Amino acid sequence: MSDIPIGAPEIYRLTVNGESHDVQDAWLGESLLYVLRERLGLPGSKGACEQGECGSCTVLLDGAALCSCLVMAAAATDADIVTVEGLTQDAALTDVQAAFLDEGAVQCGFCTPGLIVAVHHLLDNNPAPTALETREALSGNLCRCTGYGRIFAAVDAVVASRADQASR
Amino acid sequence: MPSTVDEVLAHLEERPDALLLSGGTDLMVEINMAHRKAPDEVVALRRVQELLAWRHEPSTGDADGGTVTIGSGVPYAEMEHGRLAALFPALAEAARTVGSPQIRAAGTLGGNLGTCSPAGDGLPVLYALDAIVHLRSARRRRDVPVGDFMVGVKKNVLEPGELITGVTLPVRRGWQGYSKVGVRNAMVIATASACLAMDSERGAVSVALGAVGTTILRCRDAENWLAGELDLTADLLEISDELAREFGQRAAADARPIDDHRSTAAYRGHAVGVLASRLLRRAAR
Repeated sequence: MSDIPIGAPEIYRLTVNGESHDVQDAWLGESLLYVLRERLGLPGSKGACEQGECGSCTVLLDGAALCSCLVMAAAATDADIVTVEGLTQDAALTDVQAAFLDEGAVQCGFCTPGLIVAVHHLLDNNPAPTALETREALSGNLCRCTGYGRIFAAVDAVVASRADQASR
Repeated sequence: MPSTVDEVLAHLEERPDALLLSGGTDLMVEINMAHRKAPDEVVALRRVQELLAWRHEPSTGDADGGTVTIGSGVPYAEMEHGRLAALFPALAEAARTVGSPQIRAAGTLGGNLGTCSPAGDGLPVLYALDAIVHLRSARRRRDVPVGDFMVGVKKNVLEPGELITGVTLPVRRGWQGYSKVGVRNAMVIATASACLAMDSERGAVSVALGAVGTTILRCRDAENWLAGELDLTADLLEISDELAREFGQRAAADARPIDDHRSTAAYRGHAVGVLASRLLRRAAR
């Protein structure tokens, strides 16, 4: 363990969505995004810009929302990684996913997984964000279809329904 | 993965050419874009606790606010709000302009210094505040003023086997701020940037410019001129339009901008003067 990732690792272990995965035959420079998609069969995180500009690969790493394309997978061996697949334990939609559908916040869908992770991260840390806080929190997730209006509407809907549930 | 500075330094002593990986927001782009060949030795710093902390050492004698040492692995997200932001408003403003929330959760001052791009958002703040950069190798420690640390476009005095452990900044009384121009508001690399910091205790001002030279530039002429025109120890500064304009022009005279894919030399030279002048007006508010 202490020798990873010093030197080219032959095998290392990642904890993704609560499960331990062995990563074999990886090249040291591989991004977490690549390893998730191509080696671990978790294609929910999308790859577009590969330089941290679009946010479609957003995952949670020890609770922080990060671009998985900029995380060296071999350096994340001790981290708790959550991808869009891990936000729900069963096949049901999360409240954020359901709100995206209800509000028409999904068009081509490519940015959606990253936005879903970013919205969960925002609302878990700030249950009642102002309009500015929501815009700031999602400023790292590019959407070229919706113009963001439907996405903000979905965030507002989740905020309202969570507040409603909490008050019951 | 190393968890102490000593472990990092021991590795570097054996393999001085190993790549040091902090937030990854520069290095991974280079690897993903194949601008850098596959590394065969990487030392990941994310577990090294000593690099992830910051501490305020209050001054013992005079009225000064003491110093703060920020570990090289502290992410920008930690400088945006809270105690660090209260101590260094200019650093907070610069941190808020870095990339996106995802980038600010990963990117660090150590990475900004290691990459040493003239457009790095943290660097004008470090220079305006006369930061000291702490370097360590297995053989020695040295403390380098940030102005001497940065020597050119993506060039610094870091030697093989050396690690940037942190920076020390003085806590100053007086207004400070950071401004930046880019093609849009979020997620943008500076076309031109500037940091202005007052030192009310000493009646001095410092101005540092980014993205308008091979490295960050200090505007000594503009600084000295303003200190001669105004009593900078005053709590309330009276800044006329004329004074702000001349200050901006004098600051811009120190810029050495170039034409590149991001902008033109003429625009950068103009913009950086406007930024310096605007910062001075904000200082007077």
